[in-house]
This record gives sequence, structure tokens and C-alpha cells, in this order.
Amino acid sequence: MSTAQNLLNAKALAETRQAKFAARNRVNKIALTLSLAAMVFGVFWLIWILWETLRLGIGGLALATFTEMTPPPNEAGGIANAIFGSFVMVALATFVGTPIGIMAGIYLAEYNPKGWLASVTRFVNDILLSAPSIVIGLFVYAVVVAYFKTFSGLAGALALALIVIPVVIRTTENMLQLVPPGLREAAYALGAPKWKVILSITLRAARAGVVTGVLLAVARIAGETAPLLFTALNNQFWTSDVSQPMASLPVTIFKFAMSPYENWQQLAWAGVFLITVAVLALNILARVLTRNKH
Amino acid sequence: MSINSLEDAPLSSLPERPVSSTFPAAAATYDLAADRGRTAASPPPAKAPRSGPMADRLFGWAAKGAALLTLAMLIGILVSLVAGAWPAIAKYGLGFLTSSVWDPVQNEYGGLVMIYGTLATSIIALVIAVPVSFGIALFLTELSPNWLKRPLGTAIELLAAVPSIVYGMWGLLVFGPILSTWVQQPLQKLLAGVPYLGALVSGPPVGIGILSAGIILAIMIIPFIASVMRDVFEVTPPLLKESAYGLGSTTWEVVSKVVLPYTKAGVIGGIMLGLGRALGETMAVTFVIGNMNQLNSLSVFEAANSITSALANEFAEAGAGLHQAALMYLGLVLFFITFVVLSLSKMLLAKMKKSEGTKS
Amino acid sequence: MKTTFKFATAGLVAALFSIPALAQDVTGAGASFPAPLYAKWASDFNKATGVKINYQSVGSGAGLKQIEAKTVDFGASDAPLKDDELQAKGLMQFPTVIGGVIPVVNIPGIKPGELKLNGQVLGDIYLGKITKWNDPAIKALNGSLALPDAAIAPVRRADGSGTSFLFTNYLSKVNAEWKSKVGEGTAVNWPTGAGGKGNEGVAAFVNRLPNSIGYVEYAYVKQNKMAYAQLQNAAGTFVSPEDSAFKAAAAGADWNKSFYQVLTNQAGKDAWPITGATFILMHKVQDKPANATTVLKFFDWAYKGGDKTADDLDYVPMPDAVKATIAKAWGEVKDASGKPVAFK
Repeated sequence: MSTAQNLLNAKALAETRQAKFAARNRVNKIALTLSLAAMVFGVFWLIWILWETLRLGIGGLALATFTEMTPPPNEAGGIANAIFGSFVMVALATFVGTPIGIMAGIYLAEYNPKGWLASVTRFVNDILLSAPSIVIGLFVYAVVVAYFKTFSGLAGALALALIVIPVVIRTTENMLQLVPPGLREAAYALGAPKWKVILSITLRAARAGVVTGVLLAVARIAGETAPLLFTALNNQFWTSDVSQPMASLPVTIFKFAMSPYENWQQLAWAGVFLITVAVLALNILARVLTRNKH
Repeated sequence: MSINSLEDAPLSSLPERPVSSTFPAAAATYDLAADRGRTAASPPPAKAPRSGPMADRLFGWAAKGAALLTLAMLIGILVSLVAGAWPAIAKYGLGFLTSSVWDPVQNEYGGLVMIYGTLATSIIALVIAVPVSFGIALFLTELSPNWLKRPLGTAIELLAAVPSIVYGMWGLLVFGPILSTWVQQPLQKLLAGVPYLGALVSGPPVGIGILSAGIILAIMIIPFIASVMRDVFEVTPPLLKESAYGLGSTTWEVVSKVVLPYTKAGVIGGIMLGLGRALGETMAVTFVIGNMNQLNSLSVFEAANSITSALANEFAEAGAGLHQAALMYLGLVLFFITFVVLSLSKMLLAKMKKSEGTKS
Repeated sequence: MKTTFKFATAGLVAALFSIPALAQDVTGAGASFPAPLYAKWASDFNKATGVKINYQSVGSGAGLKQIEAKTVDFGASDAPLKDDELQAKGLMQFPTVIGGVIPVVNIPGIKPGELKLNGQVLGDIYLGKITKWNDPAIKALNGSLALPDAAIAPVRRADGSGTSFLFTNYLSKVNAEWKSKVGEGTAVNWPTGAGGKGNEGVAAFVNRLPNSIGYVEYAYVKQNKMAYAQLQNAAGTFVSPEDSAFKAAAAGADWNKSFYQVLTNQAGKDAWPITGATFILMHKVQDKPANATTVLKFFDWAYKGGDKTADDLDYVPMPDAVKATIAKAWGEVKDASGKPVAFK
């Protein structure tokens, strides 16, 4: 081949290379623009929903909201009994669900993680995580409410606990797996028994992540309505007796929001605002905890 | 020389090795005999008796018991569902899944409408949410400036913190009318007369129906999928990405050809998490899906019913006979759909793992 | 830190639960129609006596199911049970107040009371036979009223509802095709229409969907200032919904014969065609006689002093003669040994 031809071929080659690079660059730019658009899209919805919640909810917030009981239509009142009921049921559910969840997570991460029981439990846990909360409510209705012939805050707390457990199991297992094996081995080398290694070393090292998991579970059940509909029912009055129907924020909001009475609607949005703020605060707290690595 | 016990072993049989100049020159030699004498004279305090193997066994049983309890929970739920659904299963068998009659007066039930509603809304939700979440994750990991990463990431996760009843109310009272005026009516005018697409957007453009429920579900599951994707994108070893960049790849090529294949397990997991959430969502769907037990057309503007909203609406008063059994049967079907989705994702992951490293 | 927090909260919880339940609190569940009234009565009763009557509106069908399962102390339903059903379930029922079910519309330009409908047309709309507002059948009733050429969006109840029972009962009486195709009940196989949850859901849908029609209890019409339609009653007059129209419909009932009275399509000249009473259901043999006493005491108190409250909330109280009959009927509620439960 002559030099001229070589030069021409080289030029053609360079041109195709440039064209190809330009094409790749174009694709890149389009993809990145779309990605920016997706980000704006996501944030837009958040801002819109939070703005609506703020706008409609702030008007209903007053001291009375926190101190008065749910009123009949067109009367002044508050949602104190709903706030208290929610608090009690969520607290009960967390107390019952967290230990069980952590122990099961410990089993999955520390005791024979590749055994058949662990694999089956993991799969079952995934199913339970995606289980619709209403089915769990129905289950608790059939087993507790129909059997004891009364709606009760306990049944509601039990339904919520059944939702907490899979979340805590998943996060505990993930967090425990992240603990470096060297830590465990050092503890074993010092002669610690297995249970001590797990409790004092591994769990402690993963403490922040486990607490995050619990906080996320609490945030999840704070807003759940469906499992409470058939278990705790609702209550117009203040009650601290968990064997009776208890008011809760989500069910009260559900009832009030669609009613035609203005005072009920305002209280509903105030309740929505409270739940959203509480759940957001829990999420941010969870985030802050995972940042503070020691 | 024979060594009978450690006591007699010489400390070192190697010649003196040169040490660095920073080593303390006059290091005292270790006097083993003196040290042993001290230990004999004042022995260390007696150690507390170690917790016996019993504590270890108890703890192990507690852990195993908790795991078994989880299994028992699922089995309990399934048993109670099957027991409740038995009259309907006995009467209809699998024909329940293909019949679209739902008549409480005549006591005839079929689950096709609800199953279709659940699947259709979830598929619409995924179709919208997966690309958007991918875009968000891409933005958060590659494009955004460092100071913006955390606030934006938190903002997206806050979407998950909004309780589902808020989505339902917002969807019905705020979003529905806007969707109707700005999206549904123009779409209908645009596609009127087009053979398949026209049928897809026929039906009353009133802001409730499968499309509304699908869009609201999409907004609800975006944070789950996006945060999981972002987390796994972030743990991709920078070395992999830098090698690709070093070879001249564009950002998009790095993400699509290096990061995505590396993180496919997490990505699939995140999508399944979102899908599970979409399948099981009750309150938000109940508000906006229209609760119509009809399957008149394939239009996504039509009101429909999903399994969860049927349960929420009708269970409280379903008579203890066939009506309640039919609803429990629907709950069982939903569980089964979740199970199938999870198994498919695990099989998909296993297959992908097998073909790792082969020529693509 | 985690352990201390746990103990502290456990202690707090224990302290709270040690507060004894003061008096006998009872729970009731059922119809959404009288829910605002029962809530007001319960609140006033609580102020007067300290006893808590917790009524939850879950729908008439659910109320019946819960009282049958004995998970509540009394159920409430807009759809009365026939006497043989009562016998079979071991229940007794008595009416508390009367109200009306009103068709409401959301047609741009149509004000409350302007639209006139009759049973045949209403039934055909919900059958899906009449699909546009400017259909000749509707125009025939409405003279020169400007009706748009728009598709009708019917709205009905998604949950089991006594309101639906009254509505479908009326349609069965006045529209032969409805009677044969759909029938009556708290939950029927609706040929068309989007389903809202509770009276509230239907009201919300009608308010949001242009060119829609729905049916709600009178209280919701007044509270939401919805555009109601006039209905032609059995005597041929077009009546507007108001207290006098409901009273006129109730006048024809003979409560001494049986409490099973459905007041739809009554013959009175000014009667509102879709009227009905709402009922309380209780077991004849009580496992918890103390709770039954509280329930009866509550309703006795409400009958004696709650008429004005009922009026204020747009319900029609029972006539005094009927109240006397009801008080006598309460003798049917007995404890396990056969002694009537005391309520005085």
C-alpha cells in the first residue's frame, strides 16, 4: 500500500473513531440528562405531598389537639386519645417484636448460616416482609379477636408486632454479617463463650445498624392503618385499658378525613401532619445513628 | 542438646541480628526466672467461674426458637387463610382464578377482577418506578456534587416515610382531579380512534382507576428501589470504575456495563422489595382504585378492584359463609403471587450468577 | 442505655395500665348513617354519667357480623332483620331514629333541588341503561333545565351498607328490571358505578367527579352542601328531602306489629320515597348483663333527652308512642338465668 493510501485509511479510521466517540458521548449526555430529570421528578412529588400535608395540617394544630379527646362532629376537640393509643400500641409492638427479631437475626447470621433452617427462614422472612398488612390483621382477628370475643389494643399491638419482626430480622442479619470476622475470632481466642461473643462483641459492634432497623420498623408501623382496622377498632374516648378497643392515629385519620364535617377533617390533617413528622424524625434519627461510627 | 521441657529451652539459638538504629540500645534482657518467681509468690486473682455450656445452649435454643417462631408465623397465617378459605376452595377450585363474577346477593364469586387489578397496578407502578429509581441512583452516585448527595438522598427516602393513608387521601383529593384534567382527557382526545392504544385509554377520565392507583404506587415504591440501588452502586469497588474510565468509557458506559452487572443482585433485590410493597399496599390503593368489581375493558382509566382493597372494603361485613371464604381465598392468592415473585427473583439471580464471567 | 430506656418505658406503661377502668364501658359497631348522632349522644352521656359508649361506624353489614360474633355489645344496622332471621340468630332489634337517603349530583350549572328524577329513571341510570345526562327520559322530567351532553358517572357504596339496602330496596319497588337483575341488599352486584367507602367516600367521589350521581344520607347532604335531586314519590309529587318529608313517610308505619318496617316508597302525599329507620341489634340472652344494662340505660337516656340533638343533626326522632313500645320490648333482653336485664 502506498503512503497516500495509508494516510487516507488512517484519516478514515480516525473519522470513524471520532464519529463513534461522538455517538457514545451523545448517549452519555442523554442518559445523564434523563437521570437528572428522574431526580427532579422524585423530589417534586415529595415536596408536593409534604407541602400539602403541611398546609392542611398546621391549621389544625393547637394545644387542644394534644389535650382533648376526639369530639363528636362539629364540636371542638383534639386527638389526644388517638395519639396515646398509637403510642401505646407501637411501644408494645416494638417491645414484643424487637427481641424476637434480634434473636432470629442472630440465629441467621451466627448459627449455621448455610443450614437448611437458615435458608428457609430467610425465604419465609422475605415473604413475610412483603405480606400485605391487611392479611396480618385478618390473621390476628381470626386468632385473637374472634376467640376472645373483644376488640382490643393488645390485638392491635400483636398485629403490629408481626409486622415489626421481619423488618428487624432482615436488618439485624445484614448488620451482623457486616461485622468483620476478625472481631469474633479475637473474642473466641480470648476464651469467651459463644453467647457472650454474640451479645457483647458482635451485637455491640453492629449496635447502630440494629437500632436503625428497629427505628425503621417503628416508623413503618406508626403509619399502618389496615392491621388496626379489624383488631383494635377505634375508640371515641380515652382508654388506657389495652383489653378494650383503643383509638389510634391512622384509624382516626381514616375515619375523620373522608367525613363531611370540617372540624373532623381539620383534626385528620393535623393527625396526618403529626404522624408524618414523627416518622420523618425517626428516619432522620436512624440516619444520624448510622453516621456516628465509633 | 535434648530439650525436655519448655523450661529448659534456650531463648534463642539464632545469632544476634542487626537491629535498627532506633531500637533502644541498652534494652534490658528479659529475666524469665525472676518473672516466674513473682507469679508464684503472688498468683493472679482467681477467675470467676466461666458460664457453663448450659448458658451457651440456652442462648442457642433461644435463637433457634426465634427463627422457628418466624416459620411458625408464616405457617400460622397460611393455615388460618386456608382454613378460612376452604369453603370457597372446595366449591370453586382453580376456576376461582378465571371467573370475573362477584355477586354477594347470588353468592357467586370469582377472583379474576381483583387479581387483574393487583397485577395491573403493580406492573404500571414498576414500569414507572424502576427507570426513575435507576435515574435517581445514577444521579446520586455519579452526577451530584458531594455536598448535595446526603440531603437529596434523605429527601428521596423521606418519600418512604410518608404514611400510606396520606398517599391515599392526597391521591383522591389532590392528584386525581389534576390527573383527570391534564393527563387523562388530553390522552383520550389524542388517541381516540387508534386501534389498540385508543382502547387502552377509553373509559371515564375521572382521575380514579388503575392508572391513578398505578402512579401513586409508583411514587410510593420509588424510595425503596432508589435507596437500595444507590446503596449497592456506592459499594462498587472504585477500582472497577476507574479501570473502565481509564479505558475511555463515558459515565453512562461505566454505569451500564460495569456497575450494573456488578450490583445486579442488589438491584434485583431492590426491585423485588418495591414490587412486594406494591402488591401488598392497601390504603392508598383503596382510596383511588374505584372499587368496581367489573372487568369491562382493558382500559387503564377504568375503575377496578385489587385484592387488598377488596379485603379492606368487604371483609368487615362479609357473612361467615361463602363471601368471607372467597375473600380469604383472595388473600391466599396474593400470598401465592408474592411467593412466585420472590422465587422468580431468586432463580433469576442464581442464573445471572452462573453466567458471570462468560462471554456476553 | 438501651436497657435503661426499655425499663423506663416498661415502667411507664405498667403505671398507665394500672389505672382501673372506671365504669362499665361498652362497645358498639355498625351503620355509618347514625354514627354522627351516636357519637354526640355518647359524648353527652359521658359528660352526664362518666360512662363510655364507644360506637364505631364500620357499616351495617359489619355491625351485624360483629354482634353475631359477640365481639361488641350492640350492633347497628339500617337494614332491619326479618323476624325469622332475628329468631334464628337470637337477636332483638329496635329503631332509634329515622332518616332519608338522598340522590346527589354534581352537574356543572345545576343547583340543589333543580334536578327532578323518578324511581324508574334512577334505576335505569344505575343499571347503566341511561348513560348521558341529556337522555330523553331525564329531559322529560325536567322541562327546560339545561342538561349537558355528558356521560353520567354513577357512584355507589363499596362496603356493605344499610344505606345501600334502603336505596336498592326502593329501586326494587319502583323499577322492575332492577328487581329482577340486581335485587336488594346491603351489598349487591352493582351493574355499574364506582364504589366509595362509607357515606363519606360516596360524598367525596361525587364532589370530585364532574357529572356524577350518588346517594348519601341526609346529614351528609346538608353538611357538604351537595346538590340533591328531587324525587317523585308514590303519590306522584316531586318532593325535596327535609325533615317533614321523612316524618310523612314514617307516619305510615305500624311499629306495634313488628319493628321490621321498611319505609321506602310510602303512600303519603309529602313522603320522601327513600326513608328508613336505623336499628340497634342486641342478643336476647346476654353473657354480660352488666354491659347490656349500660347499653339500655344509654338508649333510655337518649330517648328521653336526646331528641333535640337528633333534630340538630338532621335526624327524625321516633314518636313517643313508639318509644313506649320499644321500652316494653327491652324486656326481651335477658341474662343467662332468664331474668330481664334491668335498665332503670
